[in-house]
Amino acid sequence: MATAKKKPAAKKRPAPETAKTAKAGIRSDQSRLELKNVSKGYGDEWDFEQVLGNLSLELEPGKLTVVVGPSGCGKSTLVNLIAGFEKPDTGEIVLDGSKVTGPGKDRMVVFQETALMPWQTTYQNIVFGPKLRGDLTGQALHDEAVRLIEKVGLAEFRDKYPLQLSGGMQRRAELARALINDPRIMIMDEPFRGLDAMSRELMQEFFLKIFEENRRTQVFVTSEIEEAIFLADRLVILSNKPAEVRKIIDIDLPRPRDFTMMSSPEAYRYKREAMEILHEEAMKSFVDQAGASGFMEAYSKANA
Amino acid sequence: MTEMAQTSHDTMPVKRRSRLSKALGNKKLVRGFTAICVFLLFWEIGARWEGWFGYALPWIGLIPPPSAVAAAATEVVTKVGYWLSWVDSFKRVMVGFLVAQLLGIPFGLALAVNKYFRGIFFPPFEILRPIPPLAWVPASLIFWPTNEMSIAFVTFLGAFFTVVINVLGGARAIDVRYLRAAQSMGASQWHLFSKIILPGTLPSIFTGAAVGMGITWEVVLAAEMISGGGTQAGGGLGFFIWNSFMGGSLEQVVVGMISIGIAGYLCSSAVRMLGDHFMPWRRLF
Repeated sequence: MATAKKKPAAKKRPAPETAKTAKAGIRSDQSRLELKNVSKGYGDEWDFEQVLGNLSLELEPGKLTVVVGPSGCGKSTLVNLIAGFEKPDTGEIVLDGSKVTGPGKDRMVVFQETALMPWQTTYQNIVFGPKLRGDLTGQALHDEAVRLIEKVGLAEFRDKYPLQLSGGMQRRAELARALINDPRIMIMDEPFRGLDAMSRELMQEFFLKIFEENRRTQVFVTSEIEEAIFLADRLVILSNKPAEVRKIIDIDLPRPRDFTMMSSPEAYRYKREAMEILHEEAMKSFVDQAGASGFMEAYSKANA
Repeated sequence: MTEMAQTSHDTMPVKRRSRLSKALGNKKLVRGFTAICVFLLFWEIGARWEGWFGYALPWIGLIPPPSAVAAAATEVVTKVGYWLSWVDSFKRVMVGFLVAQLLGIPFGLALAVNKYFRGIFFPPFEILRPIPPLAWVPASLIFWPTNEMSIAFVTFLGAFFTVVINVLGGARAIDVRYLRAAQSMGASQWHLFSKIILPGTLPSIFTGAAVGMGITWEVVLAAEMISGGGTQAGGGLGFFIWNSFMGGSLEQVVVGMISIGIAGYLCSSAVRMLGDHFMPWRRLF
């Protein structure tokens, strides 16, 4: 795995703080996002389906909040609402005191599979946002793009198209494309889904390394409990549809993390607790095949 | 790891060989060439069967052998009229094809991005679309003052519907995540159109162009046969075939047919090359 190179000269952004200093207090560039009594449903009055029901959740500043729940429970809807692609039926979403009304560069999404534009090279994909807005131009943009490309270990693949990259490289390119916009919140929508087990582990470690470097507020949606516990500061378990927050577990494993911690009794305890709640949720509506199969999927992966 | 494999592949030294030795070493090319030779040999034997064995084989015995066609071709290529027919047909195909692209691509994109536009124009479009281009010939002869314009119009219709359907389908099939990603990064409506929808539709535009090119050739030839070649000096390849048939020269008919095959191939190659040029990300494999 290519390692992220640190460039001592790059001083465009606030210098990355270590995990220790970040833990001490909240920095001004660490944002808070609140979902207040948000509900969302789809369909007309004859065929209406309530997906989110009165969901309240806070993404705490500088924390990595991981959201798990049976598949089909509304995780993607949650992502779409936070990103501003869709609007809640009731309730509101507030980022640092101002209401979210639509998509914006302060909330960047890393999508399931990959959403790199196939017609742009790695470099073109990464400079896409700043170039559109014109808020970072010329040499400064180029330098920042190159810095990020090196950081995600894709220097050699700068001028390759997404189809020429492996799954893991695509995810890293997409991470860089999001980071260059310097968002206040990073939204990860099952970003490592579809990767083989090996690449997935490497990506998780790589992702954590980037997060632990400057602790930007993040929400990470997944259906894999193992992944969720490994990454999370706070683990949010959603209930079955209509989804509400069922339980929040603070994951108090030390940072920086590595995979050996996953075999600790603590990690095991977290996993059991989460599994029990998810099991309950799935059983509640066992007739609902989507919920049940989603649970089974998560369950079998976690025990693999 | 896959990353490693790709890296080593990238840095592998490229062997430089001449084009000819490459072609001779290319099994695919050799196979294709052999297949054509075998095909010509069977055709020659089949066509000459009657002379050798006293009875004719069905179908193949009725057409002239390739050697006779080649003889006719050497004579035909010295005539100016034959080449003028090439020029005429090419001109008509190009006019019909280009107008179809110029009108069809914007129309298809408009249908794709605006639901009101789609609501108004899609139903009549769908009613007109199944009408075969050749069914338009009589109406088009009445519409347009000259034969030439009628032929161009029918040719245009042949490509237009295909182009529009392809562009519409392609633009509608663009992954919504590209649009959302761009929106998050601050794209305006115009950006979404020019940076996402347009490049995202390019593959379908070129598919439409390739299929449309084939149809324009079909239509132009039929139109030339029906209209009697128009007013141009050569009359077009379709007229050339019809004229040769009327004159009883089957050899020339086959020469005309092969000419069309070559012309169509040249046009498709041109569309493919343009596609490769404008879509470098598709030329990777």
